[in-house]
Amino acid sequence: MKETILAAKKSGRCAIIPFITAGFPSQNAFWETLAQVGASGADIIEIGIPFSDPVADGPVIEDISRRALAQNMTLDWVIEGLRARKGSFRSKLVLMGYMNPFVQYGLERLAADCAAVGVSGFIVPDLPLEETPEFREAIAPHRLTLITLVGPNTTTERMKQYAPYSQEYVYIVSVLGTTGGVNEHVEAVADTIRRARSVFDVPLALGFGLRVPEQLDALPSDARPDAAVIGTALLQHIRNGGSPAAFLAPWLNKQGMAAESHA
Amino acid sequence: MKKLPHLNRPGYFGEYGGRYVPETLMPPLLEVEKALAEILPGTEYQSRLKDLLAEYCGRPTPITRCDRLSRELGVELFLKREDLLHTGAHKINNALGQALLAKMMGKTHVIAETGAGQHGVATATAAAKFGLQCTVFMGAKDVERQAPNVQRMKLLGAQVTAVQSGSCTLKDAINEALRYWISHQADTMYVFGTAAGPHPFPTLVRELQKVIGIEARAQMITRTGGLPDAVVACVGGGSNAIGILHPFVQDETVKLIGVEAGGTGEPGCENSAAINLGTPGVLHGARMNLLQDAHGQICESSSISAGLDYPGVGPEHVYLHEIGRVHYAVAYDHEALAAFRKLSETEGIIPALESSHALAWVFAHAGDFAPGSKLLVNLSGRGDKDLAHAMHYIKLD
Repeated sequence: MKETILAAKKSGRCAIIPFITAGFPSQNAFWETLAQVGASGADIIEIGIPFSDPVADGPVIEDISRRALAQNMTLDWVIEGLRARKGSFRSKLVLMGYMNPFVQYGLERLAADCAAVGVSGFIVPDLPLEETPEFREAIAPHRLTLITLVGPNTTTERMKQYAPYSQEYVYIVSVLGTTGGVNEHVEAVADTIRRARSVFDVPLALGFGLRVPEQLDALPSDARPDAAVIGTALLQHIRNGGSPAAFLAPWLNKQGMAAESHA
Repeated sequence: MKKLPHLNRPGYFGEYGGRYVPETLMPPLLEVEKALAEILPGTEYQSRLKDLLAEYCGRPTPITRCDRLSRELGVELFLKREDLLHTGAHKINNALGQALLAKMMGKTHVIAETGAGQHGVATATAAAKFGLQCTVFMGAKDVERQAPNVQRMKLLGAQVTAVQSGSCTLKDAINEALRYWISHQADTMYVFGTAAGPHPFPTLVRELQKVIGIEARAQMITRTGGLPDAVVACVGGGSNAIGILHPFVQDETVKLIGVEAGGTGEPGCENSAAINLGTPGVLHGARMNLLQDAHGQICESSSISAGLDYPGVGPEHVYLHEIGRVHYAVAYDHEALAAFRKLSETEGIIPALESSHALAWVFAHAGDFAPGSKLLVNLSGRGDKDLAHAMHYIKLD
């Protein structure tokens, strides 16, 4: 995934990481939507695993998760679907999900199955550094990645504690809030990115609250991310009948967004 | 007793507990952990808390010997009278202690979750006492079901936020309070209501509730010349239970019993018995037993007693269960209602429906004890709040 992001950067753009909840907009339409997101040029796709109690998510993704669960969406269904479509996605795939569904699936089984169906890694929003050992132990034999998440209130010291365990890319949560939140504090985001840049030797992805590529313009040129994660705004666009390609085009066509300093 | 491997990390009881939260919640949790280690044991905090518990809340609470029931049951039944506390339940011990901690940490705002409203009322009370801003998160369904407590909280100056997400009940109120805390951590302390949640809350809540057991243990020795043969408490999240049971854990002769709420009782019914009927998982920041489906989605819990209605149970309880130190039993709605009525009629004490679960276990199992055995029940709260609800089921002449 690191190479994917660096390749986008080399071509003069910020890598794009769309998020889409499994089972959205419906169980039937999900795989087609995922294929469209991939065909639109997404570099990495985060597939959200619905959970009944998503404490890091805002109302839009929580509501979408509940609708998916009401259609009996399960992690098994996602993995079987990926198995059937293995090799058909150009984008790298990561699963973003809360700890409990992963624990109930079985961490070792999860790692083996995900490696077999072409998933590259995981983002687990309720798994801070201290609780990662079992998860890392389970995925290590399969060469999968657990993506590090840091926020504006993560001290540089704590980032340094994360650094030895951070591979592929680091996900920077732009707001002290939930997904879909509003971020008006450009200076705080810039500060977080600069501090993360000084600590981590992998690319930086920015997420939570990104809606339009112009938001990145507001960041100073020495404090821009290498990748942008777009979730809530994309899901709202699709829910309102829009196509993934139409939403992602401005992000992908935006040139000159790459961060100046090399990751 | 079986020993479980301890995960060598802070906040674990055996393999339960921990801190499964977004990274953005780590700084405020570490701040509370630091306050627990540095402010809470200090002379200033301890002396202020002691005075407040005595002069404001009415501690120590007495133990009461139930003379008529003791004759009927053939054992000596004692009640630890947390129902006599200010605001009517043990919840104030924790809310006041955490609010004082918040004050001394320099916080100006406290938030809390509440299901039935008891912890919300206790937190609103403590916030009023200390001049702190208070916001209580309550599932929209509970706001409707518990209107009198909503009015009490508002009268005490708290803002009550009806949570519309998820199942609109206690577990969703906790989610929403955690979310709010992420974005307001600079000036806000989350006053967690039960001995669950992310580390350090299970430990902090136990430290503030164990006054119940410390007092009761000394009172039993003074009153009866020895330790009780058994101590019984109801368990939802588990704060009153850990409070009374913990100080007896080292007393190997004392049987310890936690009573979970079994709901209506037919096979497969919705219940709140996470230890007896749940499986290990991760929710609200902790590894604990949960009512969940095979895919790890959290089920809705149910109990006639709103204060026990939670799909998880504090991690220390799961540990005490696994090592065999505490026996966790189940009482059903109808048994709790019968106990509610029996204690009222026989001893002139109207118990909370929560505490009625502990009494129900004693009424069913007193015969298992040698005659004259001393049984101590934590009467965690008074039942006035439950009258309207209980009257749907109880027919008075």
